[in-house]
Amino acid sequence: MSENAIIVNQVIKRFGKAKQNNWVKNLINRKAKSNGHNGSKPAEEEINGPVMALDTVSFEIKQGEIFGVLGPNGSGKSTLIRLMSTLLLPDDGQILVMGLDPVHQPIEVQRMINRVSVEASFFKKLSPMENLIYGARLYGMGGKEIRQRVVKILTRLGLEKRNIFNPMEEMSRGMQQKVAIARALLSRPKILLLDEPTTGLDPVSKREVQAVVNELKEHEGTTILLTTHDMMEAEILCDRVAILHKGKLIALDTPEALKELAPRLNGHKPSLEDVFIHLTGDKLKEEEKEDIESAQAMVHAITNTEETVEEELQPALEQ
Amino acid sequence: MSTAIQNIQATYAFVERNANLVKRYWTWELVWMIYSIANSLSVSFIGMGMEVLSGEQANVDGRFLVLYLVIGTLVWRYLTTVFYWITDVISIERWEGTIEYTLMAPIRRVVHMAGQTIFAVFYSLFFTGVVLVATVLVFDLDMSQANLWGGLVMLIAGSFSFIGISIMVSVLPLLFPERGAQMTHIVIALLLLVSGVYYPIEVLPKTLQVFGVVSPATYVLDGVRLTLLEGTPTNQLWPQIWPVLLMGAALIPIGLWVFNLAERYAKRTGKLARNG
Repeated sequence: MSENAIIVNQVIKRFGKAKQNNWVKNLINRKAKSNGHNGSKPAEEEINGPVMALDTVSFEIKQGEIFGVLGPNGSGKSTLIRLMSTLLLPDDGQILVMGLDPVHQPIEVQRMINRVSVEASFFKKLSPMENLIYGARLYGMGGKEIRQRVVKILTRLGLEKRNIFNPMEEMSRGMQQKVAIARALLSRPKILLLDEPTTGLDPVSKREVQAVVNELKEHEGTTILLTTHDMMEAEILCDRVAILHKGKLIALDTPEALKELAPRLNGHKPSLEDVFIHLTGDKLKEEEKEDIESAQAMVHAITNTEETVEEELQPALEQ
Repeated sequence: MSTAIQNIQATYAFVERNANLVKRYWTWELVWMIYSIANSLSVSFIGMGMEVLSGEQANVDGRFLVLYLVIGTLVWRYLTTVFYWITDVISIERWEGTIEYTLMAPIRRVVHMAGQTIFAVFYSLFFTGVVLVATVLVFDLDMSQANLWGGLVMLIAGSFSFIGISIMVSVLPLLFPERGAQMTHIVIALLLLVSGVYYPIEVLPKTLQVFGVVSPATYVLDGVRLTLLEGTPTNQLWPQIWPVLLMGAALIPIGLWVFNLAERYAKRTGKLARNG
């Protein structure tokens, strides 16, 4: 078996189609050209073309590693996790999970993975016990011991026993997220895909979840892919961290090595957050500038159109 | 653990989950049952109404008409309950937001559908049974000559073709996250029109009669009416049973094939995500 748990090789994923016959776009382009602008091709493609969720992304995750993925909203983190968990098909490139291809061997891959997403998705009227037993049966588990295991995992995550049999809708968001983590642990996955698992949790719950993640790595040897917006969490938990921006992998290294990528401020070593802002913030500023220019061109084109219409109508109005 | 045991566990997962959902949403089920009984009674009273409206000279047999319509409403209630439980395989999970978790579980779609179907058939039989009891009590129907066992055999045989149609139609909520669930109603409305639920298909225009011939519901209704109205023995139902079994044998694999294609399309275009 491969030493790498996951190999991501030149993966591309786009969503949506290019829109045809957009008269507003055509009008703006015509006006922009007639006003001496050099056209707005890049902006035009961004507005009307398919969204590039992942753009030729490649990396490897070693077995037993906690691998962090950071990135602003819409950077492609969840798409990456969905591709690994067989919920999406790549447009190009390949992913291998323990040497298996999720596109052609989905069932074999599904047996080895589990996922926790940012929103705890459950049958809200059912209790944690009913939801988790349903989940366990889908992975071929059953019998008395599964009930005991559900209680053990949930109490380990800090859930009170009385809550285990009440409907999920009566539980707080944090408690629901703990049940989501328990559901993923129940199938004893070799690879755990955690998509912002601590978002919305209080500090105590957050630490409990982080302790479980560490425990899984230390005692079970589980490979974990963790996406998060919490830089501190990434720094504490992850062996290596990748930074995604607009679907592109822009940095990948250990948290310590990544800190060398940002300049020192007042002699202080930068934090992972400084690195993140340094790598994605400047680019955001450039994009904002481009957006403003594009919007100005649009306003200019529309204003000119109105002026032209007024000029054309003026004689008629004066009559 | 052997694959067979894993598949049994996974099949049972859907049966148990749906039973739990019915238990937790019991008030909704009660409301739906009252609605179904009221609906069945309203349609069946048309039979009594016809007797009164036509006058004594017309010699309309009101009791026969009532039983004819009762059978239509009951068979239709059973088939639509099976249909909606199966087509809900996706829409209920979209509603709850669990669709990605179910579709990333290591189970084949045939196992998934088997679990949903087993529950659908048993629950629909129970549901229709309750509506039948209520209707019989209200109309004081004489079922002493009826071949109830034959009627049940005909219903079960007809279920297979409806299961195939339902699996095919269940892709609509997969492909159209916002309106797919509502789109399934059009299929059931068209089947209602052409299958002779409340009238013999001979009264339909010739073009619609052609659709009636290929609708499995037509044969189920014929078979059940023969057993309940005329007491036809079960072994004489073969002319009604073989067409629905044949349709089921073709429609179930076609349904699974269509579902797999739709699932692949949804995974390629990102339509599985909750927000569509």
